[in-house]
Amino acid sequence: MAHATRDETETGTAASFVSEDSETFVARFPDAARAVRVLFGIAFVALAGGGLFGVIQSLHRTGIYRGFMSSADYYTALTGHGVLMALVFTTFFITGFFKWAVTRSLGQRTVSTRFTWAWVATMTIGTLLATVAILGGLFDFIPASADVLYTFYAPMGAHPTFYIGAALLIVGSWGAGLDYFREFWNWRGDHPDERIPLQTFMTLTTMLMWYIATLGVAVEVVVFLIPWSLGLLAQVDPLLTRTLFWYFGHPVVYFWLLPAYVVWYTILPKLAGGRLFSDPLARIVFVLFLILSTPVGFHHQYVDPGVPEGFKFIAMTNTMFLLLPSLLTAFTVVASIEHGARQRGGEGRLGWLGALPWDNPAFVGCALAGLMFAAGGFSGMINAGMNINYLVHNTLWIPGHFHLTVGTAFALTAMAVSYWLVPQLTGKRLQLHGLAVVQPYLWFVGMTLMSNAMHRAGLASVPRRTAEPQYDQVAFEGVVGGIAEMRWQIAIGGVLLFVSLVAFLAVMLATWLGERGGQLRVNSDIPPALSGPEHSPVVLDNLRLWTLIAVVLVVLAYGLPLFDMVSSGGLFGPGSGPIPVWLSAWLPLPG
Amino acid sequence: MEIHIFEKLWLGAALLLIVGFVATVAYGAVGAGVQMVDDSGGIVEPETIANGDYDATDQFREPGVYRTGEDQYEVYVVAQQFLFNPGTSEPIRVPAGSTVTLYVTSPDVIHGLKLVGTNVNTMVIPGQVAEATVRFDEAKTYGIICHEYCGSAHHTMAGQLVVVPEDQYNASASTMNVGPDAAPNANAAASVAPAAATAGTGDT
Repeated sequence: MAHATRDETETGTAASFVSEDSETFVARFPDAARAVRVLFGIAFVALAGGGLFGVIQSLHRTGIYRGFMSSADYYTALTGHGVLMALVFTTFFITGFFKWAVTRSLGQRTVSTRFTWAWVATMTIGTLLATVAILGGLFDFIPASADVLYTFYAPMGAHPTFYIGAALLIVGSWGAGLDYFREFWNWRGDHPDERIPLQTFMTLTTMLMWYIATLGVAVEVVVFLIPWSLGLLAQVDPLLTRTLFWYFGHPVVYFWLLPAYVVWYTILPKLAGGRLFSDPLARIVFVLFLILSTPVGFHHQYVDPGVPEGFKFIAMTNTMFLLLPSLLTAFTVVASIEHGARQRGGEGRLGWLGALPWDNPAFVGCALAGLMFAAGGFSGMINAGMNINYLVHNTLWIPGHFHLTVGTAFALTAMAVSYWLVPQLTGKRLQLHGLAVVQPYLWFVGMTLMSNAMHRAGLASVPRRTAEPQYDQVAFEGVVGGIAEMRWQIAIGGVLLFVSLVAFLAVMLATWLGERGGQLRVNSDIPPALSGPEHSPVVLDNLRLWTLIAVVLVVLAYGLPLFDMVSSGGLFGPGSGPIPVWLSAWLPLPG
Repeated sequence: MEIHIFEKLWLGAALLLIVGFVATVAYGAVGAGVQMVDDSGGIVEPETIANGDYDATDQFREPGVYRTGEDQYEVYVVAQQFLFNPGTSEPIRVPAGSTVTLYVTSPDVIHGLKLVGTNVNTMVIPGQVAEATVRFDEAKTYGIICHEYCGSAHHTMAGQLVVVPEDQYNASASTMNVGPDAAPNANAAASVAPAAATAGTGDT
């Protein structure tokens, strides 16, 4: 069923690849497809909510229109935007995407459907709890609020349901990781001597990194913040909890980014008409991320008091070396795309660019996301520079940066790959194809306007995370361009991004409501790499070894600083109770 | 496994770039003398600050400007929901040509302090005293903003630091302990001059 004919696929000139899976994913693996569909569905609902908050913010903080909500409620919207986009949309999409990647690349049915649904349910319940607590800030009938932004720094306190919800979301994602490992172990039993299929290898290394990284936030939330918000702990140490957050807060960006890398390495080359250049290099890149992603968190705390300079310097050095796998990725991905273009008949030094399928929404989204990630990478290098960070820390430069990375490299790639994947998950042809083609371009233009202006406003010291960046006592002077022009660019960019988001959701909704069957217009083959894994060292697949090295590096980077913080003032001090207080009034406990 | 020659060149260039970045930061610290905000300010219980019990700690003093030597000043600032004390209701005043060490802490939630248009920038964390040393060469008015979300009126939290011409400052500020109330020359706060250049953290 659903065979794609030569001219109906996005790889029309690459028909020589032998198709192994003659049926769509949904036909071969109905259980896994159902789980991925549910995860994607929740992710897209979160994306819709987060996007709505986002466009409201872009109009509010620029002063273009402030009629949606008061400036006090702005922070509820900001919390909603951050949590729904950065934690919920990402986690649901990624766990779903990995479920597809593992199932497809191992070619086997789900070991335990019940276990899969258990972690999906855990994540969903957690998300509902946290979302209800956040929305309590806007609606009086909900007796809670959580205006703490997605970083939830103590001693600013949220209602306990927010922390419990966040904890459940993370525990559920641990279940997802275990699910992938169970699939892998099951496969390993039948294939004792084979190399790990590339997509599974990438998924497993990412999840190992995720286990190491989430340990920090799990301890922060479960050991400190939940008992504290319930009134069981009188106080917590703001610096210690914040450090535990950032222990998690940087690797989480690689948890967002690496799935995009999986797409760029394994799917994008084929969409371009070719195949991946080098399988071993892709493995090396993922191993580097597993090892280096976590011992860098202090670069978010360069200007924190209480953290000795030496630890910041170590984190800075690690961060700079973390550029390496991304720079290697830039090379491999561009080379693979060029190879694809030449397969399609492209010629010349740059002329091959014209031979790429610029009317295929999946390709266009991935390619534009990669391009913007290059720009985001450069502003990230500046953030990583310990001393120049003084200029931009907590200014609008920072959200300007991460809207290029998680907000485009990840988000636009996720949308783009959905155009390719959702038909395979549903057995339904992609609807509103014309709108889908326009959508990535619209995102690119909107983000170019918004992000460049945010970067420049940051250089003029305009702060992030504020409802009204206008003060009686302070005047900002643009370094490049004027403040008013930046405001307009941010607002117009925000509106364009929202329109683009609505277009994406419309395509998804129309596809979901569409009829099953017919030609899917996508070709699910993924051709093997030009240079396969067979000649690369087997040690690359030794996940135990890389995990061990990663843990050792984490202990080296974090052991002393954490010991330092705990020995000065104890585990809970110097400390504070929650502000505002939610429950300690009626819990008869010490405090 | 085969690595293409272009791949090797790219790898070499990438490593060179990384080592170059680390070297520039190292030079900034050692050569240019840019110091990081670190643990030198010590710790203080937030409750002590909230109660105004400044005698109970060696790490912090009553908020205000203190002259500690020839062209040397210390400024103690409490950042709290939703003001800087001193800074918001009255500007912090220091003379031009002075070296000023800021000590900042919070009795409630996390705040930030940034001198607009400069690289003076620190987090303000309850329990920790942030210490930053700045040299002010020219008379100028700097805006101070809180750059970390600190509650529903966060966007109102701002203030000023006024660098007064040296002769005007010394005329009435020759005592060792100059609180914000005793600060001279109210006219200096009349206009806000946005700063474009950096004030230079830690170049003492």
